[in-house]
Amino acid sequence: MRRTARLTMTALVALALGAAAHAEAATYYRGSSGDPETLDTHKTSTVVEAHILRDLLEGLVINDAKGGIAPGVATSWEVSDDGLTYMFHLRDDAKWSDDSPVTAGDFVYSLRRIMNPETGAKYANILYPIKNAEAINKGDMALDSLGVEAVDDQTLQITLEAPTPYFVELLTHQTSLPVHPPSVEKFGNAFVQPGNFVSNGPYKLVSFTPNDKLVMEKNPSFHDADSVAIDRIEYLPFEERATCLRRFEAGEVHSCQEVPREQLASIKTRLGDQLHVAPFLGTYYYAVNGAHAPFDDVRVRQALSMAVDREFLAEEIFSGSMLPAYSLVPPGVSNYVEDQPELAYAHDSMLDREDEAIRLLGEAGFGPDNPLKLEISYNTAEDHRNTATAIAEMWRPLGVEVTFNQRDLSAHYAMLRDDKSHQIARAGWIGDYADPQNFLFLNQSDNPGFNYGAYDNPEYDELMGKAAMETDLDKRAALLAQAEGLFLRDVPQIPLLYYSSTSLVSPKLKGWEDNVRNVHPTRFMSIDD
Amino acid sequence: MLSYALRRLLGAVPTIFVIITIAFFLMRVAPGGPFDQERTLEPQVMANLQAAFGLDLPLWQQYLRYLGNLATGDLGPSFVYRDFSVQQLLGAGLPISVQLGVSALVLALILGGTLGVIAALRQNSPVDYLVIAVATFGITVPNFVVAPVLSLVFGVWLSVLPAGGWQDFSLAHMALPVITLALPQVAVIARLIRGAMLEALRSDHVRTARAYGLPLTMVVGVHALRAASLPVLSYLGPAAAALLTGSVVVETIFGIPGIGRYFVQGALNRDYTLVMGTVVIVAVFVVIFNLLVDLLYAAVDPRVRYG
Repeated sequence: MRRTARLTMTALVALALGAAAHAEAATYYRGSSGDPETLDTHKTSTVVEAHILRDLLEGLVINDAKGGIAPGVATSWEVSDDGLTYMFHLRDDAKWSDDSPVTAGDFVYSLRRIMNPETGAKYANILYPIKNAEAINKGDMALDSLGVEAVDDQTLQITLEAPTPYFVELLTHQTSLPVHPPSVEKFGNAFVQPGNFVSNGPYKLVSFTPNDKLVMEKNPSFHDADSVAIDRIEYLPFEERATCLRRFEAGEVHSCQEVPREQLASIKTRLGDQLHVAPFLGTYYYAVNGAHAPFDDVRVRQALSMAVDREFLAEEIFSGSMLPAYSLVPPGVSNYVEDQPELAYAHDSMLDREDEAIRLLGEAGFGPDNPLKLEISYNTAEDHRNTATAIAEMWRPLGVEVTFNQRDLSAHYAMLRDDKSHQIARAGWIGDYADPQNFLFLNQSDNPGFNYGAYDNPEYDELMGKAAMETDLDKRAALLAQAEGLFLRDVPQIPLLYYSSTSLVSPKLKGWEDNVRNVHPTRFMSIDD
Repeated sequence: MLSYALRRLLGAVPTIFVIITIAFFLMRVAPGGPFDQERTLEPQVMANLQAAFGLDLPLWQQYLRYLGNLATGDLGPSFVYRDFSVQQLLGAGLPISVQLGVSALVLALILGGTLGVIAALRQNSPVDYLVIAVATFGITVPNFVVAPVLSLVFGVWLSVLPAGGWQDFSLAHMALPVITLALPQVAVIARLIRGAMLEALRSDHVRTARAYGLPLTMVVGVHALRAASLPVLSYLGPAAAALLTGSVVVETIFGIPGIGRYFVQGALNRDYTLVMGTVVIVAVFVVIFNLLVDLLYAAVDPRVRYG
C-alpha cells in the first residue's frame, strides 16, 4: 500500500513537472485514424504510419508541405542516360538523434534489411525496381548483391532493374526511410521502442501507448531544427471518426485525419473552412470477375458500368466526400498525358446510358424473361453497404437481380486473393506514388494478388511492359494511356469514385496545405495560440 | 475455507484449458489471416511473414507451441501491433481497465444500493416509481448512446470535462467513462436490491427483529440488507469480471487505452495471439470473481458453509 502511495506521488509530481515544462512549448495534438502497427520502416504498410514516420525520419528525398518532391538527406542526384543508375549526394550535416552522422552506408544497410526475407517486410515489393531486390526477397540471392552501394560516406549509388521514371517519387514512401544500424544490431526488433529509437528526422520518439497516444519531441540534432516551429506532437489514434470530431470541437485536438462522412453536411455548416476536402490519390471500384460467365462478356460488364449513376453515389451516399470516377487513374498523377482517358459515356445523360445498357444486356441474352442474377461482395462498412444497395437499385431497371455477400475486411480480401469466388466485388486502391503505373499494374495478368477482374489481355500486358522499358516520359505516358484505354473499353473493374481526403484543421494550426498525396509534414507547420 | 478456495482454483485449470483450446481453434476457423488487408501481399512476402510468426507450421504444432509458451507465461507477439508482445499490450491496458471498472463498480454499488433500499422502503410511492423509471432507463439506453451524448454535453457544449482521452490519475478524464460504465449497473443493482429488500422485509427474521423493537436503521441496515445483498452478490461475479476487463464501446468513444478494445480489434484483425491473450485474461477473471462471490456468500449468509 505504502509503495502504491509513493508511486502515485512520484507520478503526480512528474506530471506536474511535465506540465510546467510543456506549458510554453507548442504542442500539436494531431488526430490520427488509428495506431501505427509498427514504427519499423521495413514492416510498415499503413497511411497512419506514413504520417508518423515522416515526422520521425528523413529519407533521401522528402515530400514538402504541398506534397511535392524535395531534397531530404540527399541534396542532389543524377540519373544515368539509360535511366538505370542513380547517384545521390548526401548532405554532410545530416545527423541521427544520437549525434552520429547519417551516411550512405546507413541507407545500404536499410535497403538490404527490407529485402531480407527474414525481416518479413509487408511492403518489400514496392522497392523491387532496385536491381536484384526481388530475387533477394525471394531468398534466391545474397543480400550484398542488392543494387545499392555506398561510393563513399556521402555518395549513394542505386542501380535499377529497368528504367523506372517514378523511382525518386518512390523514395518518398516510408519504406525507403533509413533505420539506425547500431540500434537495430543492439536491440533487434525492439529498436523501435521509445528509449531505443534513434531517428534522423525533425522529431524523436518520446513514448507510445497503443490506443492512447504517441508522443514525439523536436530533435535538436536535426540539420534543419532551427526552422521546425512545433516542439512536441501528440498523435492521438481515433478508430471512431466521430470521436475525433467531438474532441476537435472541444478544442482538444488541432486536426483530424478523417471526418464522419454521414455528418459532412452539418460539419460544413458548423465548422466552415476548418473542414478541408481535397482530391486524393485513390479510386473506389467494383471488380467484375471475368473468369466466369456471363461476366466474361464485355457487353455485360459495360452495361453494368453504364447504368451506375456515379454522381448520385458521390453526392448522396458519400455526401460529396468522393468524386465521380470515369477512369481508373485518378486526376492529379504525375508522368501522365494531358487529357486522361475516360469511359466513352462519361458525359452522356443517365437516361441514354440506361437505354444503351438495356440494349447491351439484351444482346448478351439477358432481359425481363431471363434476368441477370449476380452477387455483390463487399467488406463490412456502412459506406460500402449503402453503395452496394444503391447500385443494386440502379441495376434494377436492367432486370438485374442482386444478392449481397458481406464479409469482414480480412475475410473479404482473403477471398479475393485465394478463392476468387466473387462475381462483383468492392475494392479500392490508394496510390503509393503518383504515377499511372501504380494504378494500371493492378490489371496485369501476372498480378493475381490485385487483378480481381481476372483481366487477361496480352495487348494490355505488352503495353505495360513497353512502358516499363521506356525512358522518354512523354512516350511512356502515351503507352500507359493506351493501356488505360483498353482497360476502359473492357472494364474488368468498374471505376466508381475517386477518393478525396477530408480533414479538420484548426485555425490555430498554420501551414497545412491540401494536396493530392494528403501528406502534411509537421516540420512545415506551426501552432498559433 | 482456504482448502475450499484452493480446490476451486485447481478445478478451474481444466476449465480454462478447455476455453483456450476452443478459442484457439475457433479463431482459426474464421476465414482470412492477420496479414490479409485491403492491399494483398505478394505471395513471397506473405510466405516470409508467415514464417516469421510460425504460421507456416501445421495447426496442431502451433497449438502445442502456444500452450508451451503459455505455460511459461509467454502470450506471444502481437501479429498486428508488431512492435509489441501481447503481454506488453495487456500489461499496459489492464491497470487502466481495472481502475475504471473498480470505480464504476463502487459507484454502482453505492448509488444502486441506496436507490434500491429507498425504493423498497417506500414501495408503490412516487419515489419508488421514479427509481424504477430511472432503472428502466439505465438498462434500456445502450452505452453507445450514453457515451457520445455525455461527451458532447460535458465536453463540447459545457466544456467542463475533457471530451475524451486519458491521463493517469486524472479524475476529470475518468468521470464520464466511469458514469457511462456505472449507469446500467446502477439500474440493475437498484432493481435487484429493491426486489430482494421487499422480500427480506417480509421475512421471519426481520419481523422478529422488529418485534424485539430494534431501531429501524438496525433492522434495515443489518438484518434486511444482509439478506437482500445475496442476489446482488451472485450478479456481481460475472458483472465485475466484465467491467474490469474493459468495454470496447467506452474505450473507443472516450479514447481510453484499456484492454476492452483488443478483444474486438484483435478478432477483426485476426490478431490470433492478442485474442487468445484477452480470452485467457477474461477467463481467469470470471473464475476468480465467481470464487470470490462464493466465498463472500459464506461470509454474508450464515446458512452457507464451505468445508
